[in-house]
Amino acid sequence: MTPFRFSSTPIDTETGRRALLDGAAGGYVSFEGWVRDHNEGLAVRRLEYEAFVDLAVKEGERIVAEAIGRFALRGALCVHRIGDLAIGDLAVWVGVSAVHRGEAFDACRYIIDEVKHRLPIWKKEHYANGDSGWVNCERCAAAAHHDHGSHTHDSHAHD
Amino acid sequence: MTAAAAPLRGLVLAGGASSRMQRDKAALDYGGRSQLDRVVALARRHVTGVFVSVRADQAQDPVRAGHSLIIDTFTDGGPIAGIRSAFTRDPAAAWLVLACDLPLLSDAAIEHLIRSRDPAGFATAYRSTYDGLPEPLCAIWEPRSADALAEWVARGHKCPRKFLGAHPVTLLDPIDAHALDNVNTPEEYARARAALDQGTTREAMRIQIRYYALMREQAGRSDETVETEAGTPAALYRELGARHPFTLTPEQLKVAVNGDFSDWSRALRPDDVVVFIPPVAGG
Repeated sequence: MTPFRFSSTPIDTETGRRALLDGAAGGYVSFEGWVRDHNEGLAVRRLEYEAFVDLAVKEGERIVAEAIGRFALRGALCVHRIGDLAIGDLAVWVGVSAVHRGEAFDACRYIIDEVKHRLPIWKKEHYANGDSGWVNCERCAAAAHHDHGSHTHDSHAHD
Repeated sequence: MTAAAAPLRGLVLAGGASSRMQRDKAALDYGGRSQLDRVVALARRHVTGVFVSVRADQAQDPVRAGHSLIIDTFTDGGPIAGIRSAFTRDPAAAWLVLACDLPLLSDAAIEHLIRSRDPAGFATAYRSTYDGLPEPLCAIWEPRSADALAEWVARGHKCPRKFLGAHPVTLLDPIDAHALDNVNTPEEYARARAALDQGTTREAMRIQIRYYALMREQAGRSDETVETEAGTPAALYRELGARHPFTLTPEQLKVAVNGDFSDWSRALRPDDVVVFIPPVAGG
């Protein structure tokens, strides 16, 4: 499996977990991001994910490689959904294996945080009231803060 | 730049007598366009509100009349009269002042000037590659220089270069040795045309833009190909913003060129593919 990929169909987490099985690993940690039914006080009906795939894959692979180097992992993978998703759908999956559990927890957290901040992926929320909006681009645009010239918006979904 | 920085407008000086050239420098033709039109278009890619400074007797001149004019309100003449007239028009603004006889001026040179601007000083200018003195006619003049200019003239001075030399200004080393070469003689005009023909400065080139998410909706398309003279992604974004109702500022965006993250001041090349990246929300 490639370290980072997009999927336009439901993510099979069991295949990912199996790919990380390793006799030298003492632990495995995974993270599942789910589509939540509300955000910033609005009821959410469904989501659309759109990505600049070429650059997102390149940057996603860099993030996984950084995590492997920084936390001395045995393995790490990330899969992100693209397209239309319903409430409860799995939007993103991260799995890591390491010799000890501490590195596995830290690395899993590192990967999902970096993915959220660095990858050119956008989320359009469709609300129960009929409105829709690109998260961090519209309602938050005026108040957006930018540290070090990069986008470090906090996304509010499935944290 | 602090939040208190004065808004920046453009002033292209086209009131000169062109005595050594023996013909109107503003009207000199480069690739089918007048020198004045070229500099105005360049300034528009970087600031909102670009005016052409002229003497009263030039206001009806066909080379100048199509532009937004600021007519000299000071009779002492010269570039200082033009700059002071601009401050009279809008005392709260800072002015990006450009001579109209700089055919090799580039987007990168303007951007560097704007990025290095010190809004609290009198001016931000390039250091001449010939004599090390400030170049007053490719510079940002801040509002606080207006009163100082009036005093300077009242004391009998006329030279804007000496003014900058005598006041605290931010001086930058040129990023391109020839960007500020001016054209005063028929020989210099011939050299500048030859340099432009060799493509050492920007001519129109084809650039592809791909749009995603909010940018795609605001542009009303997923991609487009444009012929542009914009030399950098920053200049290109400003140019496209005149055609599409973009709501995000460059500070809110990142930019990618040919599939990887890029600096806003990178020099664009023909057939580059540019993506403006709105605030992301993966995960």
